[in-house]
Amino acid sequence: MNTNLTTLRAWLLMLPLLLIMLAVIGWPFVDTLRLSFTDARLVGTGGDFVGLENYRRLFSSDAFWRAFRVTTAFAVISVLIEMVLGVLVALLLFQDFRGRNVLRALLILPWALPTVVNALLWRLIYNPEYGALNALLVQVGLLDSYRSWLGDPNSALAALIVADAWKNFPLVALISLAALHAVPQAIRAAAIVDGANAFARFRYVILPYLAGPLMVAMVLRTIEAFKVFDIIWVMTRGGPANSTRTLSILVYQEAFSFQRAGSGASLALIITLAVTVLAVAYVILIRRAAGEKF
Amino acid sequence: MEHRSLAFSVFLYTSGLLLAVLILAPFAWLFIMSISSTTDLISKPLHWWPAQADWSRYRLLTDLTPNTHGAALMSALKNSILVAAIATVAALAVSVPTGWALSRAPAVNWSLGVVIGTYMLPPVALAVPLYMGLAGLGLLNTKFGLAVVYLTILAPFTAWLLKSGFDPIPKDIELAAAIDGARLDQTLRILILPLAAPVIGTAALFAYLLAWDEFFYALLFTSDHRAKTVTVAIADLAGGRIADYGLIATAGVIAALPPVLFGLVMQRTLISGLTTGSVKG
Repeated sequence: MNTNLTTLRAWLLMLPLLLIMLAVIGWPFVDTLRLSFTDARLVGTGGDFVGLENYRRLFSSDAFWRAFRVTTAFAVISVLIEMVLGVLVALLLFQDFRGRNVLRALLILPWALPTVVNALLWRLIYNPEYGALNALLVQVGLLDSYRSWLGDPNSALAALIVADAWKNFPLVALISLAALHAVPQAIRAAAIVDGANAFARFRYVILPYLAGPLMVAMVLRTIEAFKVFDIIWVMTRGGPANSTRTLSILVYQEAFSFQRAGSGASLALIITLAVTVLAVAYVILIRRAAGEKF
Repeated sequence: MEHRSLAFSVFLYTSGLLLAVLILAPFAWLFIMSISSTTDLISKPLHWWPAQADWSRYRLLTDLTPNTHGAALMSALKNSILVAAIATVAALAVSVPTGWALSRAPAVNWSLGVVIGTYMLPPVALAVPLYMGLAGLGLLNTKFGLAVVYLTILAPFTAWLLKSGFDPIPKDIELAAAIDGARLDQTLRILILPLAAPVIGTAALFAYLLAWDEFFYALLFTSDHRAKTVTVAIADLAGGRIADYGLIATAGVIAALPPVLFGLVMQRTLISGLTTGSVKG
């Protein structure tokens, strides 16, 4: 008798999900592909076939390249901060001291906070006239007068990155902490007996166990950051002077504000392509990590 | 074990304290704003602690009189609860059998890659056709329409989570049941579902939180009290012309309360769910 489910039965069990995904993911995606070759409007006419015109115009537009740079900067810097802070916090909470379990519990709070509320919270903190950040910096003497953190093109993106990193570093910390607990006690004890110093123990004993999960967390976070929309929409709407306009914000404006569905679709597909490259890297990393273990 | 120096202990406790402040200060400030008087909030230098706790904004925002901020926020909360519930139940209904099939039939395992792949698709790549489709079906600005769209996010995610949850349940049980003459649906219902109940619970929790947090589709596909979710209501408030920052903060507290309380109560479940995928591979 075969313990495995027959392939036919497996497909039948999966059928409802596959049909739904075909309807709400497969069809819209194919239709986006079709739209990207047309000059369709959001409402009204279906639009005419224009070939690669949308893509040609995009690649020669400054708005696209600027949004691409903003998106990349946002993704790379915020993920980097989350990684470094996350690992440091995990190393701290791996130590045995009183109160660490409370701290571990606190880590879930920023993660559970809805992204939109996080955006609203930081918008209030950054407020140019009455915000807590201005008040704090001026009261301790680090700043002469109140500043418009989100209203200044030179600081808006940095301010957004801080808000995003604050919400997301706990996830990296939790993943790293779980990975630290996977390091066999005997190996750590052996390294101490052998006289390895703290740095050597981190580099040769801990890091090999941390690397795999961290890679996974990094790629997943990078994909999320590359798609970013909500925190930016609520905090700056892409402004001031488009200094925080990421690719997703640009698609929204193109397809929904200006109702140019065709050109919005072509831009959306370029984001998809970039995310796919990241996702393929993810799969390769997972395979490699699995291969090392078994 | 290593001997710990006094300096290291001081370093540990100082860092721990800093971390606690880093995490809690923004939360505390949001709450303090919500109960501070407007005078306190716009004073310079800023009053970090209200002269007198003012709870009136909570009353204002839970007031159901039509065309008030309260009515708008409360109907948005109700919509969020319903949309997330419909989407979660629908996602589980289709992903429980899928997760089990993926776990038990190696021949279909490659499709897991496809399922995860769709989870990575940016919503903007589906938004325009979904908008046109919903408009064509008359489902724009309806809770049902939004819940169907949320399946694009929830179903792949729960299928993947459930597959890894079903994997550790021994196949021998199913074999024994088959030998005893149980049908496939009996095996699933009587044997597997009870064993998998914790996993399914975890998946439901994650799905619900994901749906609660969603903003992009809700912004596009809803327009008034009939379907607007709490995330859109919050964004409206934050971007609107409200002079009282305390009121905005209060709305933030109200919208954050359900998921944050969930998070605290269910933290063990959530943390193990968040970390198993990446650590165990």
